[in-house]
Amino acid sequence: MTQATKYDVIVIGAGHNGLVNACYLQRAGLKVLVVEKNDWIGGAAVSRRLTDDVTYSNCSYVCSLFRPEIMRDLELPQHGLQVIAYEGGAVFTQDGDYLASYRDHHAHRREFARHNARDGEAYERYARDVTRQCRFIQPLLMRTAPDPASLKVRDLGELMYLVKKFNDLSPELMAQTLRFWTMSISDFLDEYFETDVIKANLAISGIIGTALGPMSPGTSYVLLHHYMGEVDGSVGAWGYARGGMGAITQALAASFRASGGTIVTEAAVDKVLVKDGKATGVVLDDGRDYRADTVVSNADVKRTFLKLVNEPDLPGAFVKQVQNFKMRGSSGKVNIALDGMPEFPALPKGSTCTRGDMHFTDSVERMERAYDDWKDGTWSRDPFLDMMIPTALDPTMAAPGKHFMSCFVQYCPPKVNGQDWTDAQRDEFGQTVINQIAEYSPGFKDRILHMEVRTPRELEAEVGLTEGNIFQGELTFDQLLFNRPVPGYAQYRSPIRGLYICGSSTHPGGGVMGAPGRNAAREILRDLSKTSTHFSEAHDVL
Amino acid sequence: MSFDTIIIGAGHNGMTAAAVLAKSGRKVLVLEAGETVGGMAQTAEFASGFRASSVAHVLNRLDPAVIRALDLYRHGLATKADTAPTIAISQGQDPLILNGAYGEQTLGLDAANSARWQVLRQRLMFQSSLLKSFVNQVPIQPGAARFTQKWPAIKTALRLKLAGKDEMRQFMRMILMAVADVADEDITDDRLLGLLAFDATLGVHLGPRSPTSMLGLYYRLAGQAAGARGGQVIPVGGMGAVMQAFQSAAKAAGVVFRTGAKVTKITVENGRATGVVLTGGEAIAAREVVSAIHPATTFLDLVGPRELDAGLVRDIRTIRTKGNVSRINLALNVQPEFSGVAAHHMNARFVVAPSTDHVERAFNPSKYDEMSGAPCFEFTLPTAPDSAMAPDGGATLSIAVSNTPYGLKGGWKRGEKQLERSVLSQLEKLSPGIGKSVVGTEILTPPDIETRYNVPGGHWHHGEFQVDRLYGLRPIFGIAHYQAPIDGLFITGAGTHPGGGVSGSAGLNAARVVMEADK
Repeated sequence: MTQATKYDVIVIGAGHNGLVNACYLQRAGLKVLVVEKNDWIGGAAVSRRLTDDVTYSNCSYVCSLFRPEIMRDLELPQHGLQVIAYEGGAVFTQDGDYLASYRDHHAHRREFARHNARDGEAYERYARDVTRQCRFIQPLLMRTAPDPASLKVRDLGELMYLVKKFNDLSPELMAQTLRFWTMSISDFLDEYFETDVIKANLAISGIIGTALGPMSPGTSYVLLHHYMGEVDGSVGAWGYARGGMGAITQALAASFRASGGTIVTEAAVDKVLVKDGKATGVVLDDGRDYRADTVVSNADVKRTFLKLVNEPDLPGAFVKQVQNFKMRGSSGKVNIALDGMPEFPALPKGSTCTRGDMHFTDSVERMERAYDDWKDGTWSRDPFLDMMIPTALDPTMAAPGKHFMSCFVQYCPPKVNGQDWTDAQRDEFGQTVINQIAEYSPGFKDRILHMEVRTPRELEAEVGLTEGNIFQGELTFDQLLFNRPVPGYAQYRSPIRGLYICGSSTHPGGGVMGAPGRNAAREILRDLSKTSTHFSEAHDVL
Repeated sequence: MSFDTIIIGAGHNGMTAAAVLAKSGRKVLVLEAGETVGGMAQTAEFASGFRASSVAHVLNRLDPAVIRALDLYRHGLATKADTAPTIAISQGQDPLILNGAYGEQTLGLDAANSARWQVLRQRLMFQSSLLKSFVNQVPIQPGAARFTQKWPAIKTALRLKLAGKDEMRQFMRMILMAVADVADEDITDDRLLGLLAFDATLGVHLGPRSPTSMLGLYYRLAGQAAGARGGQVIPVGGMGAVMQAFQSAAKAAGVVFRTGAKVTKITVENGRATGVVLTGGEAIAAREVVSAIHPATTFLDLVGPRELDAGLVRDIRTIRTKGNVSRINLALNVQPEFSGVAAHHMNARFVVAPSTDHVERAFNPSKYDEMSGAPCFEFTLPTAPDSAMAPDGGATLSIAVSNTPYGLKGGWKRGEKQLERSVLSQLEKLSPGIGKSVVGTEILTPPDIETRYNVPGGHWHHGEFQVDRLYGLRPIFGIAHYQAPIDGLFITGAGTHPGGGVSGSAGLNAARVVMEADK
């Protein structure tokens, strides 16, 4: 049944990138429809209340990477988005001590020095070197990656931009950059620090979301990916979206609707309609179909081209490239509603450490061993946790006295020993996480009111991320820049005219960043020969 | 007697540099701490009447440019050597035989895998040929490069461009991938997957699922032997015979050798190297000093931090140089047999690496200085091409075991026995009764290699062979062009570009730099 209204653009999926894309296109004067399969919007940036008194950030849980240019362009603060920065953080050690993190650079350095004086000094050098790398990469996020195999003026120009940018570095910095992009985070940190817990603390950003261990080459780059964000202009800072991560997508939806856009929920796309090599609309699984000359998929590259498009509509070589794209889920999530703030006796009374990210993995070796379990096809017996209690800073998410605890867990495979997850295994996985926390927090188990355990199976079923990969594809070199998602199609276009992709499978990749959605909108407008005044200059923030 | 140039270390790179510099008219002295030349490439008797190559045991990257420059064939290098096959052999599997230069023909692969392997092989050969063009280049120092220095790199880029969009994109996608991910895209045969996984990671601290592990395979395929890239030769007379050709070429050019001469200090006066001091205090002066030993030894021990910039010392200390390959030589009193392997294939390089997972699992414990109970290894029979390597009727088996970490927990005294047991038990399954025929054993663990050959960490490559330590970053940024920041002091050896393996390439490149600097 064809719907009467014809749109200029249909965006599949109301995740943050889909919404960012839709906002820019709608503001450029196009008539945009967003179709979402769930009865709620937000994709993996969502806040849902699954139990009385407590709201969860069900999937993604912290905010930093979201580009400030986009927040400004789309007036998200006016539509209710507010980001609250962490006030601390800690790694608990097995000997009963802890390593605190502080927002203040000097306090942070002094804490390092408490554990090891030389490491305190090395932190200055480390912070400087990493900041330099961020400065190099940040401007690349909001640009379309050039195709090095193309001779088009625009590609050559972009390529020259990259070459020039690299050439502008001092020789020492060039060398450092090459090394940074290829080293393992473990080897990289070994060049600065001596203390296990300090290295473990800094290695965290190198592994989050990846199917690699801290000793795998390429994890230094992943660290950068997590460092290049900012909160209120403070680079590398992380924070909570007030009201949970859903606040981001709610603000985007409000901004979209305010500019005249339409969102339809409970509208699962079955197929993208293609005629004569050109996209003409989408058909839903209930038979409804919507027509538009431009279709943008916020779904990952595998779901888009292997499920939503009929194989005969695509070149065989392209299909193979998409099949070879690596999206290995590596993480799980446990959301917990608590009846009261948990106690961590290792921390001093009134410590700010509970107002940020907390961890129990105090050595790089433990992290790497957790990864070995994943490689062997099972979840980690001694997992790595990125644990936080957003309600310590954000009272809007829980009733007074109640708390929301978010635990991101690594590593957790898409299948267990090659078999689908069972509910019993999922519960066992959840229990592994609870047990680890309880070791450091007496009485913790008694405070649990409700919990939601998410393995890659749940993530795929609910949000549609293939294999539950939170970045819509691994951030390895062969899947970055002009290789993301596949060589030759790294500019948001596809072999089908009028069909685009705008999710994290595209450059610059995952995280609640919004850059892929915005970049895709720019390419679409270029193809439609439309100009927009709504793109502010991507600026070099540092 | 006075000398223009002193070379420290008589390995293949040191001897190459010595010969080339002597030919340029210099009076060259080579100082070698050991009693024989060759460094980690020698032939030695390890059991009564049984001889084997010391560390390096397969010739697969001897640089044609070095053969020409030293005229090695005239100096005794075997001209006619057939390329040895590679045989993937594991318990419960039929052997898979790669004939010709790295599997030009295969025996034992099904038709589908065979066809896909040939396509993949061709692509890998092309890609490695691009990288090979860098082997004989002095790494460009960023910022300081003249156009003539950049030209080879530009030429390579053009070759890539001319190969077409598809090949270019494949290259830029694959170059930093994990070998397992590349191989899994086309190959389903566990034996071939295991072999590729093993070859890509032998000698480095990476597993086949580690990103960038493809580079090990490219480096392997960039090497040439028996007239073809990807070829390999088990040398007649062992590696020592190859080194004799090097020494003979150097002597013919007028190089003076002194063995048993350990350098303890490179003397530096007013920022210029002026000579060396030997154990016992003998000082020898020279205009130029070329150090062909491990860069950490050169800078930290022989030059000393006092003469160096603090940043350079710090960087040198970051060179990751803990070796993880052990060598085992077995003396056998009968000829071993392996089921499914014909007699004319016994000159092969055998690889025991049953699958990608197996190689990855063998790698895992080494990350924590532990060792797998079922390590992967390669072995050759030096007696197959040359029966004189053992007494009549006997055979020697030369084994290289990967993922045996330098700093093994619990110590190598116990570890050595564990290693011997785990390798022999695997061999026993491949060749029942082989254990009973063992009449002599030599085990060289990384610490043994360190002590015997004066190589810190006992690392084959004098430092990890990984992307962040290649080309202009090898051994560290700033001295990759073979010039130390001290006038008259140069470096070469496996620790410099392009890396380890019996090639002579680094020695040749360094010699060119020495001559250039003198102009």
